[in-house]
Amino acid sequence: MAIIISKWRELDRWFFIGALISVLLALPVLAILLSYSSLSADLWGHLVDTTLAEYLTNSVLLTLGVGFGSMLLGVTLAWCVTQYSFWGRGVFEWALLLPLAMPAYIMAYTYTGMFDQFGWFDSRSLIGAITFMSLVLYPYVYILAKTAFSSQQRTYQDAAASLGVTHAQYFFKIALPIARPAVFTGMALAMMEALADYGTVAYFGISTFTTGIFRTWFGMGEMQLASQLAGALALFVLLVLSLEKYSRKNMRFYQTQTPAKDNTINTYTNTEATPFISPLLMSVGCFSVLAIAFIIPVLQLCVWAWDYIDISMMDEYLTLVSNSFLLAFSTSLLIIVLALLLSYAQRFSTHPHVSGLTQFAALGYAIPGTVLAIGVLQPLGWLDEQINVVWVFLFDEYIGLVFSGTFVALIFAYCVRFLSVALHNTQNGLERIKPNVDDAVLSLGLGRYRIFSRIHLPLLKKSILAAGILVFVDVLKELPATLILRPFNFNTLAVKAFEYATDERLLAAALPSVTIVLVGIIPVILLTRAMK
Amino acid sequence: MKKIASLYILSLLCTPLWAANLSADNRIVESELNIYSARKEALIKPLLDKFSAQYDVKINLVTGKADALLARAKSEGKFSPVDIIITTDVGRLARAKSQSLTQPITATLPDYVTLKDQESHWVALTTRNRPIIINPLTVDADSITSYEDLIKPEFKGRVCIRSSSNIYNQSLVAAMLIQKGEAQTLAWSKGMVENFARRPKGGDRDQIKAVVSGVCDIAVANTYYLAAMRNADETTQAIANKVKVIWPNQSNRGVHLNISGISVAKHAKNTLAANLLIEYMLQKDAQSWYANTNHEYPVDPSIEWSDTLKAMGTFKHETIELNQVGELNGQALRIMDKAGWR
Repeated sequence: MAIIISKWRELDRWFFIGALISVLLALPVLAILLSYSSLSADLWGHLVDTTLAEYLTNSVLLTLGVGFGSMLLGVTLAWCVTQYSFWGRGVFEWALLLPLAMPAYIMAYTYTGMFDQFGWFDSRSLIGAITFMSLVLYPYVYILAKTAFSSQQRTYQDAAASLGVTHAQYFFKIALPIARPAVFTGMALAMMEALADYGTVAYFGISTFTTGIFRTWFGMGEMQLASQLAGALALFVLLVLSLEKYSRKNMRFYQTQTPAKDNTINTYTNTEATPFISPLLMSVGCFSVLAIAFIIPVLQLCVWAWDYIDISMMDEYLTLVSNSFLLAFSTSLLIIVLALLLSYAQRFSTHPHVSGLTQFAALGYAIPGTVLAIGVLQPLGWLDEQINVVWVFLFDEYIGLVFSGTFVALIFAYCVRFLSVALHNTQNGLERIKPNVDDAVLSLGLGRYRIFSRIHLPLLKKSILAAGILVFVDVLKELPATLILRPFNFNTLAVKAFEYATDERLLAAALPSVTIVLVGIIPVILLTRAMK
Repeated sequence: MKKIASLYILSLLCTPLWAANLSADNRIVESELNIYSARKEALIKPLLDKFSAQYDVKINLVTGKADALLARAKSEGKFSPVDIIITTDVGRLARAKSQSLTQPITATLPDYVTLKDQESHWVALTTRNRPIIINPLTVDADSITSYEDLIKPEFKGRVCIRSSSNIYNQSLVAAMLIQKGEAQTLAWSKGMVENFARRPKGGDRDQIKAVVSGVCDIAVANTYYLAAMRNADETTQAIANKVKVIWPNQSNRGVHLNISGISVAKHAKNTLAANLLIEYMLQKDAQSWYANTNHEYPVDPSIEWSDTLKAMGTFKHETIELNQVGELNGQALRIMDKAGWR
């Protein structure tokens, strides 16, 4: 009896932790949804009569296109580097993550500038936007699929082979279905990012839901309607994610052991043994993707930046680099802790609502940064006011703004926006560990902390590192929320790059842009080394 | 792994320290002036630095999109640290005023200052114009004398202009709405869409480039972009020199005029320095910096224009109440929505 009671308490504690974090992070989204308190028939009527259909069509096409494009690239590349040995595999394995460090709008500006220069063709179309975004967003799928493929047990493959299943059949019938949660998660991240993108579509003149939100807010001055549109966007994403979760609610795939390293890679070295594609083609394919998504635009940016480098600005430039790095680094650590706590709350708590709460807390990723920033400002502004009321009562003076306009607001916004990225990774990692492992360890009298540090952490290492790097790079690239929420005199590389780029000064934008990419590379390399 | 874990905890412990240290910049001291600027840092910082050095006032700056900054000021409420709001469009200044985010300017303004709010909630620092730009090789310069001429059937498929999401186009249409009424403005917008060479995309510079590359023959763009291109690298200069500026509606209302302007924030803590800055921005030094570095038209008529601006010629501009342009922004956008101008 005593055991049952103590266990209950523990579960309850996990629910409490999960609920607390979720509610806190859901505040900005709730603030946005509050805009539904009053609806204007006139404004909605205007939208329905004129632009809404176009916003929806373009957003759906863009999102599906980017989802499909990044799945195709991410899964294919991940399968190749985990299953076969071919020339350059060791390098491609980590180098294929690099495009992640490229903000989509910088990619768009760079290629458009290049094509303009050579007078080739106009890439500013929906297809262009889908292509550019898929090229920088496929690493979300790649990194998750790679982890999933490489942790699939060799025994499946051996069993399949003994039954005469070809490698292609094995991929479609066994490997891919097992990796489905991971692949879908990666696609969902890429699609949410595409849905919330503003920079690229605005530059290409494509009317999407997001550009519509800003037209309504900035152009019409109707912030409430804009918030309503953003809220609808978030609810739509919640619906899709829930449907996917529901559709695989009875599927569970566990790994029972850390796969031994020499088991993870097959050594098909001759063309006969590789039923898919020849090794040469794999090398060429990987290199082409890397060249188009990374090498060519980076080289172009370097060429532009070279003409523009001004040594006297070095001090300011170094400040930018350290600002951006520190902010991204500390934020990613914080977000990983939050994501782990939430994942464990979900694992340990039996409360029926814990999963739904977590899902809601992670909605921020689908909301355009600017709208989210306003959602962050509203509860923080209210809180600041209350603090001042209390402060005046106690000390007879105002303390001023404690949260708004400080790093608290900025980091809070990042947590809301990017929790989803980390959470998907940690949840995926945890889901692959059988719950009976926990029970076995608990029955041995070890506490939950021990389970974490001795059993889970080694198994979760890759997922945690992947989460860390994705968030790091995302924060590094983040623009709209940073722009509004940052404290006085605080600039990041992304802010600088954006200011020049939107002022249509591509050459000046090149240096900060290429630096974002370079700073983003450091964690990619660290991650790869840690994964080995 | 242990190392990583301890690094973790260490950094977590350090985060608040580091944040507190950096955010110490936020304290409001009398000799500091806090600015929210919709103008890009590179286009305003040099002037602010000069002011800072001259008057020993520490300037704290946040740049961003005008409406987002206004929303920030609004949610910060009466504790907002902002003293000065700078924007690049009259619509935003009007919006700031209507949301009670500004207060009257008390600085003594020079006599030539006419572009200002009637209650002195904002004042213009520079003006910018939105003329028509053509390829003189393919378009007879005499065939276009007004914005209305752009919708002539002979220009079908030959006009480039950026998206209606862009504030400059919203102001252009809002100004037309005031002067020509709703029916004519809607007809004009529809005519424009008819004559588009392509779906609106890219920025103002892209429209100018499109005229040169033959995608279209006629564009509408702000002079400031053309002037910057004429002072850029050789390739860009060559492109920019191939186009010709047409000043529209010279026999009637004049070319469309917009401003960049400045306001004192409603809850400003340092109104003294704020007003001082406004006076400073209207002095000859600052005005001539705008004219020569940014290629914007100074509001001070005694300042000599840059050679690039002089080469574009003189013109007559609109003389409507600018606050109204701001107020009609939303309506202008609705008209463009109806016309199918995306």
